[in-house]
Amino acid sequence: MINAGDTAWVLISTALVIMMTPALGFFYAGMVRRKNILSTLMLSVSILALISVQWVLYGYSLSFGTDHAGLIGGLNWLGLNGVGQEANAGYAATIPHLAFMVFQLAFAVITPALITGAFVERINFGSFLLYILLWSTFVYAPVAHWVWGIGGWLRNIGALDFAGGTVVHITAGISALSMAMVIGKRKGYGKTPMEPSNIPLTVLGAFLLWFGWFGFNGGSALAANGLAVSAFVVTNTAAASAALAWMVVSWIHKRPSVLGLATGAVVGLVAITPASGYVSPLSAIIIGAVAAIISYYAILIRTKSGLDDSLDVFACHGMGGIVGALATGLFAEKAINSAGANGLFFGNPGQFGIQAFTVAVVVLFAFVVSFILAKVVDAIFSLRAKESEENIGLDIAQHGETAFS
Amino acid sequence: MSFKKIEAIIRSEKIEEVRIALEEEGFVGMTVTEVKGRGTQKGIVLEWRAGEYRVEFLPKLKVEVIVDDFDCERAISAIEKSARTGQQGDGKIFVYPVENIIRVRTGERGDKAI
Repeated sequence: MINAGDTAWVLISTALVIMMTPALGFFYAGMVRRKNILSTLMLSVSILALISVQWVLYGYSLSFGTDHAGLIGGLNWLGLNGVGQEANAGYAATIPHLAFMVFQLAFAVITPALITGAFVERINFGSFLLYILLWSTFVYAPVAHWVWGIGGWLRNIGALDFAGGTVVHITAGISALSMAMVIGKRKGYGKTPMEPSNIPLTVLGAFLLWFGWFGFNGGSALAANGLAVSAFVVTNTAAASAALAWMVVSWIHKRPSVLGLATGAVVGLVAITPASGYVSPLSAIIIGAVAAIISYYAILIRTKSGLDDSLDVFACHGMGGIVGALATGLFAEKAINSAGANGLFFGNPGQFGIQAFTVAVVVLFAFVVSFILAKVVDAIFSLRAKESEENIGLDIAQHGETAFS
Repeated sequence: MSFKKIEAIIRSEKIEEVRIALEEEGFVGMTVTEVKGRGTQKGIVLEWRAGEYRVEFLPKLKVEVIVDDFDCERAISAIEKSARTGQQGDGKIFVYPVENIIRVRTGERGDKAI
């Protein structure tokens, strides 16, 4: 039976999550040099266009279609054939199947957009589009199927990922790492200053992400019910706790920057994502704060390493996602979600093992496949823009426009 | 008659004090430009998400005033006093000879145009 309230909430949540992709574009664009603001925005918003079509044509079917050996969805829903206004009881019994499909579309869009932070200011736009299409097909679709698809093998062993800590943030964060390795450093990285163009833009993007995340996590209940409210509350709590923790740590080091606080908030949102349907608000405070501190030091270590994961996608989304997935295995409570499981702190150490195993599998798979895809695209079309284009800035060199007159 | 151009690189936050000091000495006209530059202080360190980054050029204001030769020292000392904090980064003043001055509206030249 279609429920009006559930359907309304999932549609609103979908719109919120779709807003997160341009918000992410602004979040990233403010941190790059002014000659690459538009290029950086373009990476995110072009993915919104590209994957929205890919998802309708075959992405949704590959991810959520009839299972094949626990590994991949079938082609039975190609072109959304058979995905209609009636509910699909297996995924969401009270909303139209199309609503579930489009909610998932929003996730399939933002996940590859997260990776773009690793290669801003030097990517060849055409190669980028090909890489994203391949990545969505060979990394996102399988992992989404394993964890969320009916018959998916990680779902079957009991892996918990309420809103995409593993499917979204670990896959993106790890792929960012491999991409940064393949494409190499920006010219002059570590020698000349890379001055952020517009911190207010980044702060605006970060807090639009916070706002959109109510749909990301709250909507993942797929119903307008108590669980959605619980996810909503822990989402806000973890974001706040992480923002505070980041502010305090950076203050101890030197000064509390708004860029730091905004980054902390995003990391808290990442970390609570897999746990958001299973944990209490007090657990969310711990998860947010721990994730913020780990990601803060991960950025410092990454900076020292010389690897140019330019906007620290691995440190923020990779580490945040891993912390969140593992924390789900510690803090999950059946009292909050009877369809979930208890974590280690609630008498079920096995859940932590399942979470750790899932993290290991997805980290390995995402790294290997994304590395191969990056190498293949690089060999055919060159992932990197020409040196002269990088010098001039990609806004003019690749897109023929400038952000400011 | 000969003229001087006084070109002062000052702290951005000192512009109003400098303008008032010049005006009190009777120098009303001036041109102000936003510039970036560096002196012995070099750049400054700003906060990144975690850790810091260096900015090698600092934002400053450049004030240009054209004066009669015999007013020059008076104008310089007005700027010097009003722009000074005693900290590194107070800026510099350069003085150049000016060949002629032309008022566009009337076509007046030299001391009639100043």
